[in-house]
Amino acid sequence: MADRAQPLRSRWGLGVATLVATFILGALAAVILRAEVGRGLGVADWAAIRFTIWQAVLSAVASVTLAVPVARALARRRFRGRRLLIALMGAPFILPVIVAILGILAVFGRSGWLSDLLGVFGLGPLQIYGLHGVVLAHVFFNLPLATRLILQGWQEIPAERFRLAAQLNAGPLAMWRLLEAPMLRQVVPGALAVVFAICLSSFAVALTLGGGPRATTIELAIYQAFRFDFDLGRAAMLSGVQLLLTGAAALVALRVASGEGFGAGLDRPVRRWDGEGRWARGLDAIYLSGAAQFLVLPLSAIVIAGLPGLLSMGASVWMAAATSALIAGLSTLVLLLIALPMAIAVALGRGAVVEVAGLLGLAVSPLVIGTGLFILIYPVADPFALALPVTALVNALMALPFALRILIPRVREILARYGRLSLSLDMRGGAFLRRVLLPRLRPQLGFAAGLAAALSMGDLGVIALFADSETATLPLQVYRLMGAYRMEAASGGALLLLCLSMGAFYICDRGGRRHAET
Amino acid sequence: MKHLVLAAGLLGATAAYAETPELIVYTYDSFVSDWGPGPAVEKAFEATCSCDLKLVGAGDGAALLARVKLEGARSDADVVLGLDTNLTAAAKATGLFAEHSISADYALPFEWEDTTFAPYDWGYFAFVHNADATAPKSFTELAESDLKIVIQDPRSSTPGLGLLMWVKAAYGDKAPEVWEGLADNVLTVTKGWSEAYGLFLEGEADMVLSYTTSPAYHLIAEDDASKAAAVFDEGHYMQVEVAGKLAASDQPELADQFLAFMVSDAFQSIIPTTNWMYPAVTPTAGLPQGFETLVAPEKSLLLGAEEAAALRDAALEEWLTALSR
Repeated sequence: MADRAQPLRSRWGLGVATLVATFILGALAAVILRAEVGRGLGVADWAAIRFTIWQAVLSAVASVTLAVPVARALARRRFRGRRLLIALMGAPFILPVIVAILGILAVFGRSGWLSDLLGVFGLGPLQIYGLHGVVLAHVFFNLPLATRLILQGWQEIPAERFRLAAQLNAGPLAMWRLLEAPMLRQVVPGALAVVFAICLSSFAVALTLGGGPRATTIELAIYQAFRFDFDLGRAAMLSGVQLLLTGAAALVALRVASGEGFGAGLDRPVRRWDGEGRWARGLDAIYLSGAAQFLVLPLSAIVIAGLPGLLSMGASVWMAAATSALIAGLSTLVLLLIALPMAIAVALGRGAVVEVAGLLGLAVSPLVIGTGLFILIYPVADPFALALPVTALVNALMALPFALRILIPRVREILARYGRLSLSLDMRGGAFLRRVLLPRLRPQLGFAAGLAAALSMGDLGVIALFADSETATLPLQVYRLMGAYRMEAASGGALLLLCLSMGAFYICDRGGRRHAET
Repeated sequence: MKHLVLAAGLLGATAAYAETPELIVYTYDSFVSDWGPGPAVEKAFEATCSCDLKLVGAGDGAALLARVKLEGARSDADVVLGLDTNLTAAAKATGLFAEHSISADYALPFEWEDTTFAPYDWGYFAFVHNADATAPKSFTELAESDLKIVIQDPRSSTPGLGLLMWVKAAYGDKAPEVWEGLADNVLTVTKGWSEAYGLFLEGEADMVLSYTTSPAYHLIAEDDASKAAAVFDEGHYMQVEVAGKLAASDQPELADQFLAFMVSDAFQSIIPTTNWMYPAVTPTAGLPQGFETLVAPEKSLLLGAEEAAALRDAALEEWLTALSR
């Protein structure tokens, strides 16, 4: 597709993508250049690489497999609390890992609610530690994201298609074959790749619930190389391995996920005639309530644990909350400025390069990016002074892969539907952006912004390297409280974090959906 | 940005004189939190030094060392506070630290000889359990029991590394067998102390690797006597937390003044109920009420800094092998 035949150009996107890639790879290069000759990768590192891939594959498959029926049920049901449920799905993803783990354990742990329930029937407590515990936690984190990504796919099938299919008397099976399966073939690989990539860099979850050294991941190996051995070369090398793995996953996903869109519709509300049967209703109800309980129970545990602590937190926690909110706002703004041009460039057919650049943020370990930036910034400026902007920028880069996955299909579709018409009206560039693209892209922009805001709110990664005592973020403050035995106040802080992230997500997402059919 | 400060100083010497000197101390995160020793220490020191004390939290002990290595000789830090004796050999090897001339009447169970680092507090590693449960009296008893413990990963946390050294110091070459016996008691391994202690409080495990002083927090701050530390016959490995001044400090006198302050009564009396460790020098007022209830191991174990550094890789390998099965 040549740029000439389109109302927008890919220049900007290509430029931004180059900047992003330069930034991240530059940080990686800075680490490599600073490194002395290290030990190289040992047997333990290779074991870590194998385990990392294996658990990421399992987690991705489990999350996405479960997400398909849940997304389908959400796509064809309208019920009270649907919006709330969708908003709730933003929550697990952005909690500090330790908080989420404690929430999960309150439900599935040895002395958790489920074990107590089993005890009533004389059954032993659940055994959560091991590979299955890791996968369970990863599904908790990623099922919501996968569901939202797949739900987007469902919503992109024009309502007219379902109407037509219903008029032609297509049963659920035929509808599945004609409309839903082709859509899933496009959306699922991307979702798999994103979840796989997220789980590749998992570290605290895998370690804590994996049960010990067997569950060593690449990220822990990077951490150790950096923190204990100060072997920057090995840290960079491991980060390179992680980069290759994520890149490979991305390329596979992009290759599989090709295919045509569904043509234009009039943006009418979707009505599903195939979902009226008793069976369909029953199944959907089971999937939805199952997913809701799976997500809501651990979150409630966090709320219950946090309420008593809310009052005993002290001013520094509220200060940290303000800092986090500021960073989240900045980071969301940056994300939108980066993601939109890149999504347009991908939609215009400059796919692979731009999308891989977008995935880099997920692929390179935050510890390594942080360290690289530190090495780069330190000689020219005071890292403390730059703590806020750097954190905001890095957080935006971390959210970029998700934003792209959310935006690209829709941008592609809008261009396919309205591109020619707009050209014939000589509507290009800014006018096309304002009149055609942005209004139609609003729900996706809102979702992406919400995710970015929430992710940034919960991020612990980079700030730790740059922050001084005055600019703690809320997650960091929660860890500090725990380090000082203030578990109750820490739970309060975690609850506050949960509320802030949910709030940020809800505001952005809701803003994007105002007057739009969901 | 020292060269800028220097340039500014040369251009306007009077302005530079008028400014209060700033002493930057890198430390671990929990030290600077509102409930840690940080705020009280800052207030007390600034009252004596006519300077601005800036405490900077940088992760945990190991992360501190990595941070200093990353910044090298150009570091803004004047003092690093929060390394332990398992890390001091590596810290010394960087050549970034200067000798100190601090001496004090330390309340440590052994003679302090290190001239680069000065201790400010110490404690015994111990397994903390619920007071109403019967605790094992040794690693062997623990290994034979079906009690579940949570420990920290020695590759990412200082208590985790401390446990490795504990077993090594108590059993030497027999350490691998001890670890094999303990393997089925280890419920899980966490990244850091916070995660482990959180799991224990959630009721996931019977015991958690922490300090003999941990029950003091619950007793004194929460009026809760339900936690206790198990005493092991083998003796208990110690964590001695230390501080040192950087050779490239632009405030060497102030740094010395801080280290001297660190072993003085004003600083030491803050430690017990904020950092929940034993002060390196017993304050004149004695230990706070509640500390007398803590268990006191009969035997303290500590490997020398050089020895600990030399043993680390092998001990880690043994640990990995035993727990990976």
